[in-house]
Amino acid sequence: MSTDLGFWVLQMLNALQLSMLLFLLSVGLTVIFGLMHFVNLAHGSLYAFGAYVAASLSGAFGYWGGFVLAPLAVAALGAVLYFTLIRSMRRAGPMAQVLVTFGLIFVAVDATRLIWGDLPMGSAVPKTFEGQLALLGVQYPIYRLFIIGLGLTVLAALTLVLSRTQIGAMIRAGVDNDQMAACLGINVERMFMSVFVLGCALAGLAGAVAAPVLSVTPDMGLQILIPTLIVIVIGGLGSLKGAVVGSLIFGFVQTFGAVLLPTLNSVLIYALLAAVLVIRPEGLLPAKG
Amino acid sequence: MKTTLKTALAGLAISTAMSSAAFAEDIKVGVLLPYSGVFAALAQDIDDGFTLGLETFGADSGATFQLVREDTEVKPPVGLAKTKKLVLQDEVDVLMGVVSSGVLGAIRDTVDGAKVPLIVANAGNDEATGKDCSPYITRISFSNQQVNRPMGQWMVDQGVKRVFTIAPDYAAGRQMIDAFTTAFTAAGGEVIGQDWPAFQKTQDYGPFLANARASGADAVFVFFAGGEAISFVKQYDSFGMKAAMPLYGSGFLTSSLYVNAQGPAAEGVITALHYVPTLDNPENAALVAAFKAKTGRIPSEYAVQGYDSARALIEAVKSGATDRQTLAAALPKVSFTGPRGELKIDPATNNVIQPIHVYETVAGADGLTQKVLATLPAEADPANGCTMPAAIN
Repeated sequence: MSTDLGFWVLQMLNALQLSMLLFLLSVGLTVIFGLMHFVNLAHGSLYAFGAYVAASLSGAFGYWGGFVLAPLAVAALGAVLYFTLIRSMRRAGPMAQVLVTFGLIFVAVDATRLIWGDLPMGSAVPKTFEGQLALLGVQYPIYRLFIIGLGLTVLAALTLVLSRTQIGAMIRAGVDNDQMAACLGINVERMFMSVFVLGCALAGLAGAVAAPVLSVTPDMGLQILIPTLIVIVIGGLGSLKGAVVGSLIFGFVQTFGAVLLPTLNSVLIYALLAAVLVIRPEGLLPAKG
Repeated sequence: MKTTLKTALAGLAISTAMSSAAFAEDIKVGVLLPYSGVFAALAQDIDDGFTLGLETFGADSGATFQLVREDTEVKPPVGLAKTKKLVLQDEVDVLMGVVSSGVLGAIRDTVDGAKVPLIVANAGNDEATGKDCSPYITRISFSNQQVNRPMGQWMVDQGVKRVFTIAPDYAAGRQMIDAFTTAFTAAGGEVIGQDWPAFQKTQDYGPFLANARASGADAVFVFFAGGEAISFVKQYDSFGMKAAMPLYGSGFLTSSLYVNAQGPAAEGVITALHYVPTLDNPENAALVAAFKAKTGRIPSEYAVQGYDSARALIEAVKSGATDRQTLAAALPKVSFTGPRGELKIDPATNNVIQPIHVYETVAGADGLTQKVLATLPAEADPANGCTMPAAIN
């Protein structure tokens, strides 16, 4: 154990970085759930797809090409999914939705294997973000600071849109009571579609951002699914604030668990999840108060 | 009706057996590899290496080889079911493959009980040639301890005295690191800290890297493989740690199979393995040329394990073995000089004895390549509780 302040600053930044990566991923999933009451387990696969697109485009278009095109590609895939499957599954009940989207995960894993092969891929950090920056007395990788910044930016943008714009008001109305919102003249169907596609785009963005830090493998979507679900269950299904709080809790518990209680680290987050489910089954900050 | 059919079939079987015996010997090989799942790329390399080995050395063995391939999917129950199918239904003469140690553990008793020889072409868990050893199981690949133990002495000789170790928390990770630390401390080194991130559940190695940095070690010694190895090496470099704390490890960390996905982050990492494609010997030159011509890829350690498994099988056939019983007796006696150097099988455990190569990953003309720094002499693993029954000699 270190008493050096820099060590703790470093771990704090690590925790924040992991939290923001998870936030980008879980916010799309939770907003889709909040609005449509639809459990999309294939969300992780969309993230993997984004990472693959970004990694394969980075050769031709550089990092920023992938950064822009991956969310667009995933959004397009999301739109296809919406019109072929999701729309007709909306009233099918949670069990059918879970089974269908769970099946989609396996389809996606094998599809990525067919297209990109079995070998893991990697992509490089953009030139501007190479190296480390001195911050609060520690040297921290610039790219990780970029992830933290991006997460905060997305959070600020979503908060602003949801609380200050008319579209945000319509979405909040839809979350509260979609039938009433439809009666008031809101085209709920179109709003569902846009929110679903936006959620997919955010998953693609998370994939593109994660590609240079993590390895891009066919099962990365499956590996990230459990942490994402933990985040939204702890935070409260369907709420933006819940996604933020859940991500922060997950990031900090994982990071400081690894430092302070290494032997218990892998069970710590599950114990916390169980505790939340027992004490506050609706999550810490549920969508409807 | 039933009996007449059975008699007819039996007659047919006998006549086929006799006619084939009159000509070349036909050896039926059951191939157990995870063609789908996380190890699919490894399975492909082993399969390509094995078929290349059969093509290269098979011609003058006087036998023909018929392969029956089964996908074990990295799932022990699936591996067991496929093994039973190959043994009972296909009646193979010999089994080859097994990538996952979990699958090897699951099929061990079936293979041993059915007395079918198995050539292990990857799975490295120490028990398979330790307390769970079997006269029917011959390992041609490596054992987890074998690859890591020699690095203990070598690193102390290089002046590295204090290390921090990191490896995923599962059986192979523990065995790889424990073999290294035992040898390292015996040679006078000191392990000043260890971290065990959760296997397949850790995305961010940042917390562990900060621990390693704060420990003030001379160097970090790690084991990771596949996707985790790529993430780890890239994250290690992104924190700028390579300059202050050189990264050492088990050679799978920077395997030629996926080192190019790590990119410049892998440059300067020093690891030890039983094979690298840049080994300078005529057998390896022949393998690299033939493998490239066949697949367009450079052979990885997995490819050479498949290739040498074929070579071992053919050497056994050349010594006169034809069926389960004789192959099982002949396989542990094979020895040859292949791309990895001189190989022989330890009669005490049926594990391969081979030299270990220390290499540095360096930038080459087209992508990353391996610079061999030292070749450490072959050394048999301790028997680890293996008492080899003399049942089949």
